[in-house]
Amino acid sequence: MSALLYLIPIAVLLGLLGLGAFLWALRAGQFDDLDGAANRILFDDEPPEDGKS
Amino acid sequence: MRGLGLDSYYRRRILDPSIRPTRPDAAQPRFDFAPYLRAQPDGRVALTLAVDGLHCAACVWLIESVLAREPGLESARVNMTTRRLRIVWQPENADPDHAVQRVMALGYRLTPFDEVGADDLATRRQRLLLRAMAVAGFAAGNIMLLSVSVWAGQVQDMGPATRDLMHWISALIALPAIAYAGRPFFEPALAALAARRVNMDVPISLAVLLAAGMSLAQTATSQPHAYFDSAVTLLFFLLIGRYLDARSRGRARQVAANLLALRARAVTVLDTDGSTRVASPADVRAGMTVLVAAGERVPVDGAVADGASDLDTAAITGESVPRPVRQGDPVLAGTVNLTGPLRVVVTSVGEDTVLAEILRLVETAEQGRARYVALADRVARLYAPVVHSLALVTFLGWWLVLGAGVQAALLIAIAVLIITCPCALALAVPAVQVAAAGRLMRRGVLIKSATALERLAGIDTVVFDKTGTLTDGRPRLLRDAGWSQSDLAVAAGLAASSRHPLARALSRAAPDAEPAARVEEIPGSGLKSGDVLLGSRDWCGVAEAGESEGPELWLVRPGSAPRRFRFEDTPRPDAEAVIGELLRRGLRVELLSGDRPLAVGALAGRLGIARWRGSCTPAAKAAHLNALAASGRRVLMVGDGLNDAPALGHARVSMSPADAVDIAQNAADVVFQGEQLGPVAETLALARQSHRLVLQNLGLAFAYNALTIPLAMSGMVTPLIAAIAMSASSVAVVGNALRAGRGGWR
Repeated sequence: MSALLYLIPIAVLLGLLGLGAFLWALRAGQFDDLDGAANRILFDDEPPEDGKS
Repeated sequence: MRGLGLDSYYRRRILDPSIRPTRPDAAQPRFDFAPYLRAQPDGRVALTLAVDGLHCAACVWLIESVLAREPGLESARVNMTTRRLRIVWQPENADPDHAVQRVMALGYRLTPFDEVGADDLATRRQRLLLRAMAVAGFAAGNIMLLSVSVWAGQVQDMGPATRDLMHWISALIALPAIAYAGRPFFEPALAALAARRVNMDVPISLAVLLAAGMSLAQTATSQPHAYFDSAVTLLFFLLIGRYLDARSRGRARQVAANLLALRARAVTVLDTDGSTRVASPADVRAGMTVLVAAGERVPVDGAVADGASDLDTAAITGESVPRPVRQGDPVLAGTVNLTGPLRVVVTSVGEDTVLAEILRLVETAEQGRARYVALADRVARLYAPVVHSLALVTFLGWWLVLGAGVQAALLIAIAVLIITCPCALALAVPAVQVAAAGRLMRRGVLIKSATALERLAGIDTVVFDKTGTLTDGRPRLLRDAGWSQSDLAVAAGLAASSRHPLARALSRAAPDAEPAARVEEIPGSGLKSGDVLLGSRDWCGVAEAGESEGPELWLVRPGSAPRRFRFEDTPRPDAEAVIGELLRRGLRVELLSGDRPLAVGALAGRLGIARWRGSCTPAAKAAHLNALAASGRRVLMVGDGLNDAPALGHARVSMSPADAVDIAQNAADVVFQGEQLGPVAETLALARQSHRLVLQNLGLAFAYNALTIPLAMSGMVTPLIAAIAMSASSVAVVGNALRAGRGGWR
């Protein structure tokens, strides 16, 4: 049972890390345009001008 | 587009055949961006624009690619959810005007959008809900982890010391989380109590706070049962429902706000020294002279000082035929100038205009509607007193009748309150509404008000406006014996150069006609090419007997008899099918129009509508709706014009098409996009389905309570049973609600 003494703080800390990451992403505006983000991944970069692609 | 080397746009495009292609508009209005510029803290300047014509991801790519080539712009990003473009630049080395013109040249319409507008508050609230949901989710996950150990420990060999440690850690996580994530419920609950009312938030707040308080007391006295997990999980589930609800309504509001911004038109004022300047409508004073170009909407009430033209008054009066105006005639704000440029002397502004009068009618109507109480709140008014007295009865029963100690009786009573916390009940309505609103949103139907679906479900009468609602507001040539194909070819040749709706109808009827040479347009009268005249009866000098039945044009050529072309306003393509569908469902359908009774009657007969009235003023329409309501009918009003706006406000629920005037859209609960009338019938059908699902959900929630309340009252509930029962009922209710979002459209 003594393992709990460090396992529980570790579990809570990991959870807090996840929460912190989510709140940061929210503040950074990553949830402002969910539809656009879903489609943006499909845009290719411009092909190089010299056509060697 | 080829010239920009961006023709790969066409490969990316996913075309929806029902959407009309965007086309560069020759007469793009120019805007003064200055009031909309936002200085950033780092010295850069930002501008937000609403984008019209944005249909798919390829449009986002196209706009951003074009703007990426624009020198000096630091960032340009299109938000596909809100359909807004935000550009940022350094004030000294970029020309935003040029950038905006480049995007407009692609065929998108851009309008500056005031970021710090009304939806800012809603956006902030939505973010608060999302943060609260994240915190509650984090706490729920961790506490559940600890609780599972405790439950497992009860059948194994966990000692009381370890169990208390688990409870203390749970308390440490739960209490701050409840304090933070519970605010969206506590604040409305306090507000309701302060107003001596009860809403759904009161029993929720009470249950969460009591569960937390009792668990803390249990933990402090080293008792086996703590309900921290139930309290936090409850909050988490409820916040999910609240957040989804706020998000779907927020989206509808944002799209509606964009539609309105696109209509904000600047006014061109002619100063006394002969120079022109662009002013906002708020700055125009009586006595000023305003220029109205052909094709523009008249921004003010006034009188024509110079020029002649035809005005499309459909928005104000519902008449489908344009009215000719010449010097001295009064013009009303909201009408559209069709054929010739006008100079208008402003006679009244602000509160005195016909527009403002209609707005006042709308406002008084909406105050009346605010009295409608949402189903969930009506249930809460019944529910809260019942469960609270049940808890009281439990306490008194255990304490006085069964002889338990005060503390034990109190614990059982609190367990009753926790188990009856209306989690499933609070989710029953919003979950269905979110699923239904999401499905409607994909069809281009925006639900603007929270209770619109509920009110729609109970409708037994549908009242339509004619021009622009049942019809598409465009006249069509009638085929009759009055003219031959060669007459049509000559007339269409003359008409090719005009933007008068009747002339355009002629052009559409004969698209291959050779355009005539040297056509002269006499605004308010007709078209002239040499000796050939095409125009109104009086102007063409036709002295034939017989009153005209509808819109008509006469063609006069030397050496042949005058020919008459008659027109009618065509119904929307699916109007007849939709009306038939509504009648089949047993609804009473009426037609109310400001147009001449003859035209209204003809359309009513064609669509199979038995009850109709013509020549209605806006006030008469509203009065008719009041009369219907007084006779106990629940009315859905569908309308698009300014003259419909008061009636839209007076109806129990109202819909308007997205091309309606802005006031009508504001007054309507539901806005539908597209050329078709089908969304009206579909929305009604979905509203009824949603209503059935809501009732099923309420049934599920009550069944769950009927099962668990006796358990709780008999003192047999443990935290494990509470957690299972609550999660199961919530999941069942949400699962049932999701059915509203499924299924195809007929």
